[in-house]
Amino acid sequence: MNNILETHNVVKEYAGHTALNNVSIEVPKGSIFGLLGPNGAGKTTLIRIINQITMPDSGTVLLNGEPLKESHRSLIGYLPEERGLYRKMKVGEQCLYLAQLKGMSYKDAMSKLKYWFEKFEITAWWDKKVEELSKGMAQKIQFIVTVLHEPELLILDEPFSGFDPINTNLIKAEIKRMNKAGTTIIFSTHNMSSVEEICQDIALINHSKKILSGTVRDVKNDFKANEYEIEFKGGLLKFTNALWTGATLLSSVELEKEHFITTIKIGGNSTPNDVLSNIIPHVQVTGLKEVLPSMNDIFIQAVSKTTHSQNA
Amino acid sequence: MDKIWLIIKREYLTRVKKKSFIIMTLLGPLLMAGAIALITYLGMSDAGPQNILVVDDMAPIFDRLEDGTNYTFDYSDMELADAKKLFPESEYTAILWIPEIMDGERSSRPFLYFREQPSGRTIRSIETKIEKVIEEMKMAKYGIKKSDYNKVRTNLTIATFKFSADGKEEEVLSEQVLVGFVSGLLIFFFIFFYGTQVMRGVIEEKTNRIVEVIITSVKPFQLMMGKILGIALVGLTQFLLWIVLMTTFVSVAQTVIMNNKKDVFIEQAQQMQQLPQMQGGQLQVAAEINAFDITDPENLINRMNWPLMIGLFIFYFLGGYLLYAALFAAVGSAVDSETDVQQFLLPITAPLMIAYAIAIMMMDNPSNPAGFWASLIPFTSPILMLIRVSGGLESSEYWQLAVSMILLIAGFIGTTWLAAKIYRVGILMYGKKVTYKELWKWIRFH
Repeated sequence: MNNILETHNVVKEYAGHTALNNVSIEVPKGSIFGLLGPNGAGKTTLIRIINQITMPDSGTVLLNGEPLKESHRSLIGYLPEERGLYRKMKVGEQCLYLAQLKGMSYKDAMSKLKYWFEKFEITAWWDKKVEELSKGMAQKIQFIVTVLHEPELLILDEPFSGFDPINTNLIKAEIKRMNKAGTTIIFSTHNMSSVEEICQDIALINHSKKILSGTVRDVKNDFKANEYEIEFKGGLLKFTNALWTGATLLSSVELEKEHFITTIKIGGNSTPNDVLSNIIPHVQVTGLKEVLPSMNDIFIQAVSKTTHSQNA
Repeated sequence: MDKIWLIIKREYLTRVKKKSFIIMTLLGPLLMAGAIALITYLGMSDAGPQNILVVDDMAPIFDRLEDGTNYTFDYSDMELADAKKLFPESEYTAILWIPEIMDGERSSRPFLYFREQPSGRTIRSIETKIEKVIEEMKMAKYGIKKSDYNKVRTNLTIATFKFSADGKEEEVLSEQVLVGFVSGLLIFFFIFFYGTQVMRGVIEEKTNRIVEVIITSVKPFQLMMGKILGIALVGLTQFLLWIVLMTTFVSVAQTVIMNNKKDVFIEQAQQMQQLPQMQGGQLQVAAEINAFDITDPENLINRMNWPLMIGLFIFYFLGGYLLYAALFAAVGSAVDSETDVQQFLLPITAPLMIAYAIAIMMMDNPSNPAGFWASLIPFTSPILMLIRVSGGLESSEYWQLAVSMILLIAGFIGTTWLAAKIYRVGILMYGKKVTYKELWKWIRFH
């Protein structure tokens, strides 16, 4: 079994609207999986189903190959987008309580908490009430509570919101470290640059349907538009004439006199080699690289396409 | 099951450790005992011995008033106006003015002017003394011998007996029904107070959003039940502590007051025996003396079936609380903030209010027909059944108690089931103004 989590044709309807329509995803064990989609697409509903907060109307969810059951609760750690702690409860007491609810023993919870509090250098907060902490401090506590029981599957919904850049890096490093140690991470976010930085696999949900999935590389390859960036020295007119019918110029920037960076789109059956052989006699090529679409572009493109076809 | 214990423990400990709980627990009985002691004390005490100047327009008739235990009479032939002028600088604490027309035929009322109010007991005692003089005047006038007067003088109260089908008769004291009424009232307040706490707790978890973290660890039902049971234990703890503290305070207060005032009681009791014609005030004193005498088998404390009453109290307290707490939890889950609860609270508070109104009617007549039905219906029975039980149930009525108890158990299982359905949808529903129609959808479709 290579996938830690699989959902098969999950359907969830609420009075009046469909939240999930036949959604199937596969999360490989040990991966960092990006669960993407615009607001209201159905991500949170899917996460709640995985967490056994709600039940699907139909379809199955398998964790480690087994249908969801009570004992799975302790294998999952969930950081919801809307963070929340008991404001009037002391930090230490609260962490112990939430850890024990996840099935940890008091002793185990105590020693692991000590480790994390020392690591984040926050031992002084132990006897403070949550309402005395700043938002960022409370977020840190919540992160510790989420990962304390060392879940096999960690579901993080916008984990970096509310953190300053220093703490974002701290949390990012922890996520990467845990992933290296074998934890699978489902990462739900709107921040596409962090998806590109962290995720290996993604699934994109829009209007309650999964519209895209696969490894980040495959998805990018699927969306690439045969665009290349060419840097050369020589005249732009010469270059354009040399492209001939095999390719069209999209944009150009003159770095200095007779030194350009251009973006071209290669059409039809032509290859970059064909283009190169056409232009090399006329200008001096100093660089060529394929332009891959960013996740941000892919997100906007995929979402607007499905939204458009839905509305049509 | 381990997890529900964790939740119960947290709900219990965070509340019991709160300053407000400790203060309420200590102050509650102190306030109650204090109020009782104060009322008792004020009824008996004077600022000090009263030195009363009697302005008797009918002198010498009222010269024979005897001094009381804590007051003395001085006589003067001054006019009232002069006496009043002298009063502020004099050592007298009060002026008793007996107007001229009090001759037993045309009767007016005596007037008492005071700087500090004498106790009700002192005033009643003075009244009795004046009555006695007037009665003697009348007897002399109409030629009635004192011995004859004593023969015709009558004073009675009706003794009420409940006559059951099997021929047993039992005297019913209105105080007995009062015990049931007070128990029902306590349950009424406990349901309100702790039901509201359940609701607040649910709203707190929902608005904090911590609920989403917790229900990844436990089922919503476990969270709801853990909260309800944890708070029930808080209520029981407070109740038990109150009983212990109340008993202590009251007995301490009683001992102190009784020691101080023993002579007063003895005097009053003697007056009772000497003056069979005494009325009202003295009889009340007699009743009070009686109420303190726990060796009397007819005393209220010995007439009640306390183990039954306390057992049933705990049963109806818990049953009623569980029934309503589930509903309070459902309301808490359906709203986003405490300001939105009003529309949903009405159906919960209405039956409680009705029960309270019926309880007042039942004080007058424990076999009130509305009380009969309401003591069976689980929404009102926790407050009303105890009134019937305290008045005494016949053996032919025991089935009603059984039905009432069974219905209450069924009732709280029912409301808990209903509440759980609303709760598990409601706690995840934000930013939506929920209507009754919406709630019905949750119950049916989820």
